[in-house]
Amino acid sequence: MPLLKLENVEKYYGSRSCLTKAVDNISFDVEKGEFTAIMGASGSGKTTLLNCISTIDRVTAGHIYLENTDITALKGKALNKFRREKLGFIFQDFNLMDTLTAYENIALALSIQKYAAKDIDKAVKTVAEQLGITDVLSKYPYQMSGGQKQRVASARAIVTNPKLVLADEPTGALDSKSSKLLLERLSYLNHEHDATIIMVTHDSFSASYASRVLFIKDGKVFNEINRGADTRKVFFNKIIDVLTLLGGDVSDAL
Amino acid sequence: MLFKISMSNIRKSIKDYTVYFFTLIIGVAIFYVFNAIETQTAFLKMNEDQREMINILIKAIAGVSVFVAVVLGLLIVYASRFLMKRRNKEFALYMMLGMSKWKISLLLLCETVIIGVGSLFVGLLIGIGLSQVMSAVVANLFEADMNSYRFTVSASAILKTILYFSIMYVVVIIRSGFVISKCRLITLMQSGKRSEKITMKNPWVCVIVFILSAAVLGYAYYMVGWDYLRISGNKLVTAIIMGAVSTFFIFWSVAGMLLRVIMSMKGVYNKGLNSFTFRQISSKVNTTVASMTVICLMLFLTICTLSTAFVIRNSLNRQVQEFYPVDMYAEFGRTTSAETPEEAKNFTEKPLYTSLKDEYEKKGLDLYEEFGEYCDFHNYADPNFTFNTFLSEAKDELKKELPSVISTDDDYWLEIIKLSDYNKLMKLYGLKTLDINDNEYVLCASFGGMMGFYDEILKDKAEINVFGNTLVPHFNKTYKGFIRPAVQPINGGLFIVPDSAVDENAACDNIIVGNLKASDAKEKQKLEEKFREKWGNVMGNLEGEKGIGYSEYMSSRREEANSTVGLSAMVTFLGLYIGFIFLVSCGAILALKELSESSDSVPRYTMLRKIGAEEKEITKSLFIQSGIFFLLPLLLACLHAFVGMKFGMFAISMIVTGGMLKPILFTAAVVVLIYGGYFLLTFLGSKAITKEQK
Repeated sequence: MPLLKLENVEKYYGSRSCLTKAVDNISFDVEKGEFTAIMGASGSGKTTLLNCISTIDRVTAGHIYLENTDITALKGKALNKFRREKLGFIFQDFNLMDTLTAYENIALALSIQKYAAKDIDKAVKTVAEQLGITDVLSKYPYQMSGGQKQRVASARAIVTNPKLVLADEPTGALDSKSSKLLLERLSYLNHEHDATIIMVTHDSFSASYASRVLFIKDGKVFNEINRGADTRKVFFNKIIDVLTLLGGDVSDAL
Repeated sequence: MLFKISMSNIRKSIKDYTVYFFTLIIGVAIFYVFNAIETQTAFLKMNEDQREMINILIKAIAGVSVFVAVVLGLLIVYASRFLMKRRNKEFALYMMLGMSKWKISLLLLCETVIIGVGSLFVGLLIGIGLSQVMSAVVANLFEADMNSYRFTVSASAILKTILYFSIMYVVVIIRSGFVISKCRLITLMQSGKRSEKITMKNPWVCVIVFILSAAVLGYAYYMVGWDYLRISGNKLVTAIIMGAVSTFFIFWSVAGMLLRVIMSMKGVYNKGLNSFTFRQISSKVNTTVASMTVICLMLFLTICTLSTAFVIRNSLNRQVQEFYPVDMYAEFGRTTSAETPEEAKNFTEKPLYTSLKDEYEKKGLDLYEEFGEYCDFHNYADPNFTFNTFLSEAKDELKKELPSVISTDDDYWLEIIKLSDYNKLMKLYGLKTLDINDNEYVLCASFGGMMGFYDEILKDKAEINVFGNTLVPHFNKTYKGFIRPAVQPINGGLFIVPDSAVDENAACDNIIVGNLKASDAKEKQKLEEKFREKWGNVMGNLEGEKGIGYSEYMSSRREEANSTVGLSAMVTFLGLYIGFIFLVSCGAILALKELSESSDSVPRYTMLRKIGAEEKEITKSLFIQSGIFFLLPLLLACLHAFVGMKFGMFAISMIVTGGMLKPILFTAAVVVLIYGGYFLLTFLGSKAITKEQK
């Protein structure tokens, strides 16, 4: 049984006379412990898709199941509870609270879920170690580099042990070195801690860290490749090949 | 075109402008209501005394209006500057599109005019409505006849309001034009991207600064609130400066200190959104130290003004009943106008006996003709029994300790009255009579400051010697009472002694108090006027004696009550006027700050929602944030006011007695209404601003 199941998901914008199909009949499954990358050019609908999965946006038609719960039917409090307990978010622009220290930013995710104070401390320290940010815990966001900020944001996303981690262009605002460090950490979390991750990106280098890549074009799934036993380098070349097939978007994708 | 852009700008930033517009309307309305009192009261039937009081009130309000206009002007300039800062990006866009600075200034002019005209119109409408209520209040206060009253609109007050507010708006326009002409495109564009650097203060420095300023404040409190008998003008100024400075530093340090304390309570800090909430509050307080200080001091002044006004009003109204229990009071005495030492010696050695009844009879008149019940008695003086001999050696010491009570070296005879006279008088007043032994005396006073002072002396069982009799005090403290009717407790001390201890030859002033022989107010007034005329005739035609002058005094309850009503109306109106304006200013500044802070924080709330914070929790956090932001200056202001009022009550103890409870409740009601209203507006506004955008 898949962890996440999308069934004919559609998302339309605009009025009847001027309709934009941002997501056009997409179906796919994500198994537990998978690291899935969703690729596509700007405007291909990948972020809309992610927003639908994360319940930030509502689908026009179709269903999304997480552990057999239809999340498109959730409302109000149940929706908040679902978001809080089952999902973890990583954003392109980090979205850290600038008034809080790294430690407090991570702890906030736990305290919102009403964890006891003593459990919070332990959980924060553990996750900080996993992401290599123990030494910046007492710093404020403005005192940190972009890479550190994104790793703090990642720590906040996974500290609550969500079923699914959703990352929206997590490397978008990072330099290549920081990107690499972050992706290595994400893949470490995926391998060693069995975290299920869905990452939206238009950067093939980032996508090459995933175990599976979905390509989206004009709101539809265009192609899908699995890494299997390939090395990251080989997988990267395969991704480039698909992007070439997608046509015209290569320069954009790189 | 400009007009269109201005209108759409206003509509677009309506959330930012609501509080501003609301405040302008209230300002205009209050300004109109108080300045329209003249026209509003013109139709009320009232007597000349009351009319005179109203005229004084109107003059006072006109004077205070200038001050109020300055306060409102500063508020408007502050608010417009604040709102302009929020639009830097918009101005940058205009400039990039090629609009000239002159055009942008015109645009701002257009907006200010629209807002100004709108607020004046709405404010005046509300003001005209409210001023009708005001008429009823005035009429009620003066017990004036409202039958001939009709709906009135004061053209002069409208013109005055328009003039004053136009001046304020012109200042705002000039200022914003100046700011626009000076600004540079690059700074405008980058204004949004100010580094998100949070200036964190060292928590230990905060704790130390907080403790130090609390200590300084405590000392200032002690000087003003507890040690006030020894306070002098210079010391008072020092205490005020100490208070203001320590207030500033308390706000500077309080956020850091509280945060430190709460952070150490891990269970509290890491619960729900608490860490976020407290960090928000601390960063808000830390960036508004100066405004907080000003607001706190303004609130302090407001609370003091309002409650003092109500204390005075309440006690004045009550005191007429309490301290003027009869209809009329007249007093007559001879004084020396001796020129040579020999002549003076004659008089000072032997007081001058005077009888009013005799003076009247000389003219063939009956002194008591208009009186029903009355009491006619004398007071006595022993030339050897003076203030200095009573104090004896205690004087120098007390003088050093209580400079505010004993300020001159003048010596004077102390007033003595007979026990039987006193008891007769008390029966007339319906008050408690006294019973003392033949070797005892009672020191009776009602003036707060003197009573405390006499208590010190009576504690040592001070013996006195009058007319050769040695007497000891019956009570070991001052007996609270009075003999002369007045509207205030002004009895500075008199000695009640047994009849046997008095030398009848030493009688001086003749005092008559009594009720008029009439049942209703109109007849009483007639009799009073008759008595007054007779009094004038007799006193005006006294036969001259060598080296002798006369002192005479008469008053009636009706007259005193009239001027009391006038005074209390004046105090109430001025107190309310200033209080309202101050409260509105404080509320507006805090609301503007908090609302803009909220719209800056929208991404933070979006973030909180994304990581699953519940709506209820977010609302709670917003409530706590606005609540503490509003409560902090109010709390400190209340503390200030508690001490300030302690001193204030001492300072006005001359004219005031009675409970603080009602005035405090009334003040609290006014504060809750206006300040609380702004808080509610802010909280709801923040909630709307941070609501999820769909």
